[in-house]
Amino acid sequence: MSMEIKSIQKDSLDKLFNSLKSRGNLIYAPVKVKNEVQFDFVEKFEQITDDFIQTTQSVKNSVFPKIETLFKFVKTGKEVKMLDMDMSLIPEIVIWGIHPCDVWGFDSLRAIFTWDTHDMFFEKRMDKLTIIGMSCAKADDYCFCTSVNLGPGSTKGSDVLLTKTGNGDYIAELVSDKGKALATSMPDVFVQAVQSKKEDFLVVVEKRFDSESLIPKMQKKETFDSPFWVTNSLRCLGCGACAYVCPTCACFDIQDEGYGARNIRFRCWDSCGLKQFTIHTSGHNPREVQSQRWRQRLMHKFAYMPERNKVTGCVGCGKCSRACPVDMNIAEQLQEIDQKM
Amino acid sequence: MDSLRRKAQQLLESKEVDCIIGYNEGSSGNVHAGFITTPGQAEKLIFDDRCKQNLGVYLTKHEVMRLGKLAIVAPVPVMRTVLILTYECQIVENSVKVLGIGLDGQFLDFNEYADIEKYLTDHCNEHPEEDKKLIEKISAMSVEERWDFWHETLKPCIKCFACRQACPMCYCVRCQVECNQPQWIPVQSSELGNMEWHFMRAMHLAGRCTGCGDCGRSCPLGIPVHLLTFKMSDVVLDNFNTKAGLTIKEPSTLSTYKANDKETFIR
Repeated sequence: MSMEIKSIQKDSLDKLFNSLKSRGNLIYAPVKVKNEVQFDFVEKFEQITDDFIQTTQSVKNSVFPKIETLFKFVKTGKEVKMLDMDMSLIPEIVIWGIHPCDVWGFDSLRAIFTWDTHDMFFEKRMDKLTIIGMSCAKADDYCFCTSVNLGPGSTKGSDVLLTKTGNGDYIAELVSDKGKALATSMPDVFVQAVQSKKEDFLVVVEKRFDSESLIPKMQKKETFDSPFWVTNSLRCLGCGACAYVCPTCACFDIQDEGYGARNIRFRCWDSCGLKQFTIHTSGHNPREVQSQRWRQRLMHKFAYMPERNKVTGCVGCGKCSRACPVDMNIAEQLQEIDQKM
Repeated sequence: MDSLRRKAQQLLESKEVDCIIGYNEGSSGNVHAGFITTPGQAEKLIFDDRCKQNLGVYLTKHEVMRLGKLAIVAPVPVMRTVLILTYECQIVENSVKVLGIGLDGQFLDFNEYADIEKYLTDHCNEHPEEDKKLIEKISAMSVEERWDFWHETLKPCIKCFACRQACPMCYCVRCQVECNQPQWIPVQSSELGNMEWHFMRAMHLAGRCTGCGDCGRSCPLGIPVHLLTFKMSDVVLDNFNTKAGLTIKEPSTLSTYKANDKETFIR
């Protein structure tokens, strides 16, 4: 697919927002809340900020909600009736101003949710998504997108990728058919491209390791058996913070909740870092200590997913490292494996 | 710091202990827990204002216990943690070597836990001023306002359980939130379920909280859940005139009773 490039003048960005809004889309965009920036549904263009490196949480909630009701069941007398969810209620969402790493998170999720059985909730929510990405002009020590074959200006996965130029206007790369159609439908917003080089406006993210060399190392048996995992996870507390803020972690639990005769079955986020995650009914736990759980987290992303799903399960956003209460820094540990194993 | 490092080195050289749990320099200007097992590594031990984590949490972690005889770098909340864990039979008296750091930052070489008790008699940590003010503000609210405050404050909780995992007093092999026959607390993050979880945790910490604040500090979303356990400490202090973790001779306030209690229902 050849990529078309347009430009959006700084004054017409609100026009893009308002047109999308008037077409009935919900807009999920970064907003400032107290000292943090987080994604939320916004009503007005003025609410949006682009002044942030990373939000604490990813945007996976938009396609893989914290709680997804799968069906309802109603009891009347001895009869139990199952009720499907009304998929037509899943809204059209525009994700606005999301960074390239977070965008590529959707690809990892897709690889998991369509690996075997196609998960209809996930697919429907993905279909209803329009992704307006925003290149990164800033980064911090935790960012390592360039180590996993991405970059601050990666177009992968976006429908439109915007890059803010020196004078405040935007370079708009129309990446997908959806993006092209959007631009065609708003000719007064997406105007003739000006001559400017995107690379001039991107932050430089230092490469910490090379995923091409790391992945085969992670897949070696010696790596699995290495004392590295115990030494490097002694301080891990075994919470789920890393997994819950991760754009690609997709594990879930299935639960029923009853309200008398009306009940729901839903799935909710779960994490391989939690001790309870693998416990059997017998009480046996195949991952009985934290080092095995920490190993699982990294192995899943850098050994198992590349093998089974043909993708890396990590986008280098560094959210897990920032969220970790005990400074378990994923990039640092992967770098060490790449250098030593 | 030098005296701490010297002591650490000496303990490892003499094989008096196998591992010292302390603070090391971490990534991006952070500090993190370090597990020092050779005399040469003692140089890596640091102590400054960033060293706030309650390292006592590691004393009940299997892979740490397997390292052998332990010593721990212990600011006041960690000292209190050691005493509570001793009373609650999680560690044996005097089994973990305590390398104390006093309220004034001085290194304190404790020989036995009785010395810690002596030190704590007039050197107990207080809630930080900022937290005191917040607790005062919340306590002054009406019941309805307070309900709304916590409802809103706990709404963003994603139930990652970092608060529980960071807490040295949350060492239960099976937490109540993990019991599902029957299910007491919802597993998923939901508005009321989040409140149930945090209130339940606060109740279990009443009379046991050492005031380290790690539950709040560990929250990736910055929810000040430590205010709940801090408030419980205040309530226990006001009603029973006791503070958790000052002695190994008495049980935590809410797990015992006294025959001369002013409440009559207990007799």
